[in-house]
Order: sequence, then C-alpha cells, then structure tokens
Amino acid sequence: MANQSNGQGKAKTSFWNDPAVRSVVFQLLAIGAVVAFFLYIINNALSNMEARGITTGFAFLNDSAGFGILQTLVPFDETYSYGRTFIVGLLNTVLVSVLGIFLATILGFIIGIARLSKNWLIAKLASVYIEIFRNIPLLLQIFFWYFAVLRALPSPRDSFNFNDSVFFNVRGLYMPEPIAQDGFGAVWIALFAAIAIIIGVVRYEKKYQLRTGKTFPLFFPSLGLLIGLPLITYFIVGSPMYLEYPELKGFNFQNGMVVIPELIALLLALTIYTAAFIAEVVRSGIEAVPHGQSEAANALGLTNGQRLRLIIIPQAMRVIIPPLTNQYLNLTKNSSLATAIGYPDLVSVFAGTTLNQTGQAVEIIFMTMAVYLTLSLTTSALMNWYNKRIALIER
Amino acid sequence: MSEFKPLPDQPPPPNTVGLVGWMRAHLFTGPVNSVLTVIAALIIAWGIAWFVNWGLFNADFIGTTRDDCSGAGACWVFIYARFDQFIYGFFPEAEIWRINLMFFIFAACIISMMIEKTPKKGWIALFTLVGFPIISYYLLNGGLFGLEVVETHKWGGLTLTLVIAVVGIVASLPIGILLALGRRSEMPIIRSISIVYIEFWRGVPLITVLFMASVMLPLFMSAGAETDKLMRALIGVTMFQSAYMAEVVRGGLQAIPKGQTEAAQALGLSYWKTMFLIVLPQALKLMIPGIVNTFIALFKDTSLVLIIGLFDLLAIVQSALNDPNWLGFSVEGYIFVAFMFWIFCFSMSRYSQALERKLNTSHR
Amino acid sequence: MSNQSNAAESRSKMIQLKNVNKWYGTFHVLKDINLDVYKGERIVVCGPSGSGKSTMIRCINRLEEHQAGDIIVKDIPLTNDLKNIDSVRREVGMVFQHFNLFPHLTVLQNCTLAPIWVRKMPQKEAEEVAMNYLERVKIPHQAHKYPGQLSGGQQQRVAIARSLCMNPEVMLFDEPTSALDPEMIKEVLDTMVQLAESGMTMICVTHEMGFAKTVADRVIFMDAGQIVEENEPEEFFHNPQNERTQLFLSQILQH
Repeated sequence: MANQSNGQGKAKTSFWNDPAVRSVVFQLLAIGAVVAFFLYIINNALSNMEARGITTGFAFLNDSAGFGILQTLVPFDETYSYGRTFIVGLLNTVLVSVLGIFLATILGFIIGIARLSKNWLIAKLASVYIEIFRNIPLLLQIFFWYFAVLRALPSPRDSFNFNDSVFFNVRGLYMPEPIAQDGFGAVWIALFAAIAIIIGVVRYEKKYQLRTGKTFPLFFPSLGLLIGLPLITYFIVGSPMYLEYPELKGFNFQNGMVVIPELIALLLALTIYTAAFIAEVVRSGIEAVPHGQSEAANALGLTNGQRLRLIIIPQAMRVIIPPLTNQYLNLTKNSSLATAIGYPDLVSVFAGTTLNQTGQAVEIIFMTMAVYLTLSLTTSALMNWYNKRIALIER
Repeated sequence: MSEFKPLPDQPPPPNTVGLVGWMRAHLFTGPVNSVLTVIAALIIAWGIAWFVNWGLFNADFIGTTRDDCSGAGACWVFIYARFDQFIYGFFPEAEIWRINLMFFIFAACIISMMIEKTPKKGWIALFTLVGFPIISYYLLNGGLFGLEVVETHKWGGLTLTLVIAVVGIVASLPIGILLALGRRSEMPIIRSISIVYIEFWRGVPLITVLFMASVMLPLFMSAGAETDKLMRALIGVTMFQSAYMAEVVRGGLQAIPKGQTEAAQALGLSYWKTMFLIVLPQALKLMIPGIVNTFIALFKDTSLVLIIGLFDLLAIVQSALNDPNWLGFSVEGYIFVAFMFWIFCFSMSRYSQALERKLNTSHR
Repeated sequence: MSNQSNAAESRSKMIQLKNVNKWYGTFHVLKDINLDVYKGERIVVCGPSGSGKSTMIRCINRLEEHQAGDIIVKDIPLTNDLKNIDSVRREVGMVFQHFNLFPHLTVLQNCTLAPIWVRKMPQKEAEEVAMNYLERVKIPHQAHKYPGQLSGGQQQRVAIARSLCMNPEVMLFDEPTSALDPEMIKEVLDTMVQLAESGMTMICVTHEMGFAKTVADRVIFMDAGQIVEENEPEEFFHNPQNERTQLFLSQILQH
C-alpha cells in the first residue's frame, strides 16, 4: 500500500484499458471507415463516369431543357434551362403539398372528432374509414383515382357541365379564371387593412375583458369586416376584374383555369390517405386529456364552448401538434409519388425527365434529396424548439 | 340502535336499458344526432347494397376470357384468369411448389410466434430472422440440391412484395440496433455519425432512395461488380428502413430504466454483455409493436418499386390492366390489390395493437 | 495480502477514500471525503436527502466517477483503468433502493447471470451457489418465478442474494428499505442483520436508526457533501457532537 495517489494510479493504467483511450481509438476507426467508404465510392463514381463519358459539375443547369412541362406556375417552355425545370418541379411539389395539407387537415379533424362521437354509427363509420384507407398503399390509391376514376370521365365534348362555366372531363377540371385589371391593388390593400383592424380589435377586446370583466361579440363583426371591406372597395374602384370563361374549341377547352387530372388524382389520394392518419392523431390527442379535466371545467360552471376553447383544445393541441407536423412532412414526401402518374413535381420533372436527358445522376439526386432533407430538418428543428418550449411551461 | 335493512333493488326506467336504451344513448341523443344517424344509416345501406350487388350478385367469377363476363357487375374473371401470375410473378410453373413451400414455412413461423403458449419462442424468432431468409433464398433462387436457378427478373407479384418487405425488415434490424446504440453512445463522433445517417434517410422520400439505388449505385460500385435490379432495390430499401428501425430500437432502449444498466454494471458486466444480456432482451419485447408498425409501412411502400421497373403485386396488376385483352377492368384489379394489401396490413396492425395493450398491462 | 494472518487482516483496510471530491457540473456534491473502512466493519451512513450519501457509495463501485482524490478498494485504486474497475466491481456487491432486478429473467437466472458471465462459473455450480444464497435469504421456493411475481420485500431479498452470489468482500446498500411498504421492511432488515453477523463488510445508506443501533460499528452523518460527524452508535445517538447532527436526530427520532 505504498502508492495511492491518483497520479501514480493513473500511471499504472495500461494504455488499452483506459476508457478514454479506447473511445478515441474507436472514434478514429469509425471516422476512418466512413472516410474510406466515401473515398472508395467517389473514386469508383469518378472512374465509372469517365468511362461513360459523363461530365461532372452543375454546368448542365444552364443548358436548354428542350422539353415541355404539363403544369407550370412560372413561365416555362422548351427554351428554358434545366435549372428552370428544378424551380418548376419544386413549385409544383409545393403546390400539391400545400393544397394537400390544407384539405387533409380539414378532413382529418372532422373524421378524428367523428371517431369520438357519442353517436355509435358515426364513430364506427369514422373508424371504418381510418382502417380502410390507412392500410392501403398510397400508390395504389393514386392509381385508383387516376386510372380507374378520372380516366373514365367523358371526353371534353361530353363534359360534365356546371352552369356553362365549370367543366369536368377526362382532361381535367376547367373553371373561369379571374383576371385582375388596373386598380385591383386597392382591393388587396383593403383586405390587409381589414386583417390589421381585426387583430387590433381582438387585442383590445382581451384588454377590455381583463379590465372590466365584460366581453363583446367578435366573430361575426370580424367576419363581416373581412369580407365587407374588400368588397366595398372593389365596387368603389369600379369592379376592376373580369372572369375569363373556358370555351370548347375543337377537341379541347381553351382559356379559363384548368386543374389537370394528375393534380386532382394526387390531391384526392394524398388527402384521403393522410386524413386517416391525421384523424388518429387528433383522436389520441383529445383522448390524452384526462376526463377529470372536463369534469373540473363543468364543475366550475364553464359552458361547453368555453370548456373546449379554454381547457380541452389547448391541452389536446400540445399532444397533437408534433405528430401532426410529422404527417405534414410525410404528405410532402409522399407527394413525390406524383412521378408514377406523371404529375410534374420535383422528382418527376427533375429526378425523372431531366436526369434521363442529362445523365447527371449524382448531381440531380443530390439536389433533389437536399430539398427534402432541408425541409425535414427544418421542421424537426422547429418541433424540437416547440417541445422544449412546452416542456418549460409545464414546470 | 335500529337495525340496517337494505332497500330492495328497483328496476331501472324501461327506456334506459336493453336495446331501446342503448339506441337512445348511442344513436338518438337529441335531434341533431338522430338526423345524423338516419343519414349515415341510409348512406351505409345504399353503399353496401350497391357494392354487394356489383361485386357479388351481378358479378362473374370463373372463366378464361373477358367474354365470360356479363358486364352487369364486377368481372372477377380477370383476377381468376391471372391469379397465378399475381401471386407468383413469372416464376416457371414447374417450380411454383418452391414458393408455396416458402409461404408455408413463413406462415408456420409467424403463427407459432403469435400463439402465446409456444415453447422456445426465442429459437423460433431466431430461425425466422436468420434461418428462414437463407432457406427462402435457396428456394427462390435455386442453385442448391439441383434446384433450377430462377433469375430475379422472373420474380414478381405478391412473392416479390413479400421478399422485399421481409428482407427490408430482417436486414435492417441488426443495422438499426447498432445505429440506435450509436445514437445513445457517449462517444461524440460515433453519436454524430449515427445521427447523420438516421436523419438523412428519414428526411428523404423512399422514391428518391430507389432512384438513387437504381441509377447511382452502379456508379459507386467498382467496375465489373454488377448487381441486378432487385439487389439494388433491396440495398436501397434496407438503408432506408434501418434508419426507421433505429428510431424504433431507440424508443425501446429508452424505456428500460437506468437502474437495469447500473445493476448490471455493479455485478461487473461489461458494456456489450450489459446490452445483450440485460437491456436488449427487455427492449426487444417492447419494440415488437413498433417493429410491426414499421413493417406495415414498409409493406405498403414496397409498391413503389414499380417506379424502378420491378414487378411487385401492384405493378403486375397494373401491367395486366394494359393488356389489350383485358382493358377496362381497372376497378376490379385495384380492388383486388387493395384487398390483398389491406388484409395483411390490417391484421398486422390489429396484432400490434393487441400486443401493445398486453405490454401496457403487464408492465404495471 | 491474502497470506497474512487473521489478526492482521481483521484490521486491514478494505476501502479507503482520500480527499474525494465530485461535482455535477458546477454543483459540488462531495467535498473532501475521507473515510477508511476496515474488513468486517459495518458502517451506516445517514443524512438528509441531497447530502451526497448515495453519490459517495456509488463512487465506491464507480457507478459515479469522482473527479479528485483517491478511492482504493482492497489495494486496487479506482482509476480510469477498465481492468481495475472490473476487479473492484467483482469484489463489491451493491443493493439498490429500487432493487433493479432483471424482469425478463427468473429469480434464479438473476442470481446466476453474473457468476456465469463474469466469473465464468459452470452453470450447474452457479445454480448451486445461487440456491444456497436464496435459502439464506429464505426464498428458495420462489427461484423459478419472475421478479414481477414477488412482493417488494422478497424482491429486495433476491437482490441481496444476487449480489452475494458474486461472493463479494464488501456490500453496499443504497437505501435498501426506502421503497418498501412498512410491513416488508423488517424481513429485509432481518436479512441484513444476518449478513452482518456473518462478518460481511457493509456500508449502508439508510434511515433505519434501529438497524444502525443494533448492527453498526460506526455511524456516519453527512450533510451538504461532507462528513459532518462519525462515531460509534452509542455515542452518536446519545451524545451527538455537532449541532447539525443534533437537529437531524431530533427531527427523525421525534416520531
């Protein structure tokens, strides 16, 4: 028992038995393996590409694309560059995702609440919906709507005709297109002014309630203001907008707004499929609020509406929001199935057509993945922040 | 002191019990609910009646060509005539017994695992995860014991769907376990590598992964090392799936209290022994519902392989629909595929729910 | 050391803590702890919650790492050396507040696990050893049940048997009765008394003052990360020297 100082004890430690040394060695090995792996595949990729005569780099983005795209939100034709196809595809992905998220949220909340209805039949109906649609592959649902339903619609000549202004046929849904003229900007200004006024009034109402204890009606006056103010402005500046109606010319419709069947099928399938998952999220969120909370609210004399608005929904939303965001993310990623029916989304246009024409597999897949990855990582960072904030409040 | 005499029980008001009471409480509470009930009941009755008439009473089932269909209802003749192809793909007819044998072993494994009283469950699980895939490979691919080699481009239909899903799960489990341990490791670099891997694959859609596997993988391999299309798809699916599996495993690991590791350490067990003897056996049990759920998701997602040109169940039906002899039966075709997928997914999700409930009660 | 005479060994130091310090982040949990435990000695550690008593004994088998000072168990210094840590853990058994039995293994398997995998004992022999200890803690007939089927008191006795199966020279008890219902405390304490009578070196963190009075050779009182007072039980309970000790004793002995 001579040497018991810590320093000497450490000196006796054999090199390999020190966990710090081991951990450094393991980690160096891991880095080495990862680096070696990447060097190997990069090396292979370079030599393979050389053998096939593929040039590397992003220069191809400036080359002219030479193909048309079915639906474009920004100006595009064959003369635009490959880089532009990326933008067009990206915007189409955004379009279908935003619309899908909007519709799936509405449908999902309705079904989720119906699932908890006291009415046995309604609750059963909702759960049958959920069990059917979430257990069938999304791609199959897309095919069903596209090939079995929309392809069976009549030709443009025999379109379903709603009041001579809306037409539905195998080529898509044709609607009148509102075209703004000079002075329409005033209507926009009026709309934003209405929103600003409503926000101000809502804030004032809260203060007023805290000060006096009294409330005044908000919902219908706000709604009136939101619709009324832009409408009045519209007529004051002299109705600066007209509707352009679709007309049948030859075999197809011209003018007006058209929703292509690919978009309809994709939207239907994404909405119906994701709504089944959102319904489950909503149901479990509401069920996560203990029954005692409702009882306590009732015992305090809150009305049914107040109970929901002040007690149940705030607590349920905490549980609902993280998985709901996850579903939104899934919907966005799933919108890439568009490529199977030819809706021109990012994967279909860029990782499909552009890739086939240029052969720049590495660059294109990299760019495509980067888009989805950025979206996912941003969302999960936001969710982490949200969860932390909630956790702090709970303390 | 007076004696306590319980009052005799009175019957409840007649309209609160029995069928009438149940209907009042669950179907006709108030006018709004009553209207909803009536509307829903009418829709259901009409829908079911139409579907039964179309799909059953007015439908034709047996035959060989489309002329065997009357056209009044569904034409299941299309399914009947092509059924073998939908299940076995383009497998040579003489060798189909091999697939049937594989299905039989698989079913035997799964059923014996689901029955509670089966002895030596651990060994059966091990066989399902290790032995069965090896046997299936030789059954499908051949090349051993004089079995004729069947190239992978002849695999298709439900068989291919199952092959992709099962390989995806079985191969991703060990990778997922390692990644999950890595993500919980105290070594910053190991942890970062695991996190980057997991978040990368979870962040991108499966389609881009499949595209990557089919167009980029050949570039990454050294020249001469050719892989077939199925192999590339399997690699893509496995890499994708292992990230999801890692998160399931991590969830299971997190549920094991820290005291378990401490007790094992106090007894002198090393890290790997602690993991494999104490933590993982407990965590794996908790993970089964999660694994089944990812399996369901993967099973549905296997249909995406049609985009890179493999003929899974959906793809083979889709291509049959384009057969000029059978144009116009897409509804029947899709309903058939949907039904096949639905049966698998629904029964698996029921199983995982039941398991979850059982775990919840037994862990009190 | 092992070949020396019994008389010398009876006063040999089993555990030495020299100026041990530990921090959780910036929070100083252990402040200059000095403690010698001799072979066969029974020590009871008490003190208010958060005083660092659990942390101290968890440092002794390296479940927690101390940042300054020395801990020496049976001549083995606890350093970063994995070999040393392993050999210390082999000599030191530990019983936890929440038992920490392995729920997926039977009682018998819980007891044989470490002897088989760490001591490399044949299974048969390990089972004999285990049954022997299970008899000593009076639950041999429960050997093939799972921990979940036992009461808290029985589980804690299994946990004691599990540690003993490794044939340790020292036993650490981290509040072994705090998670138990009152009627089960006695059966665990009886087991511990019996163990003490067999000559085991023991360090117990506990609030059971009766146990301390009957069994302990020394009682140690800790507060705010330091050893405030240490004395023989008689002196400690009837004539506490420190003001803080007096306050603590008056609070826990009032009821």
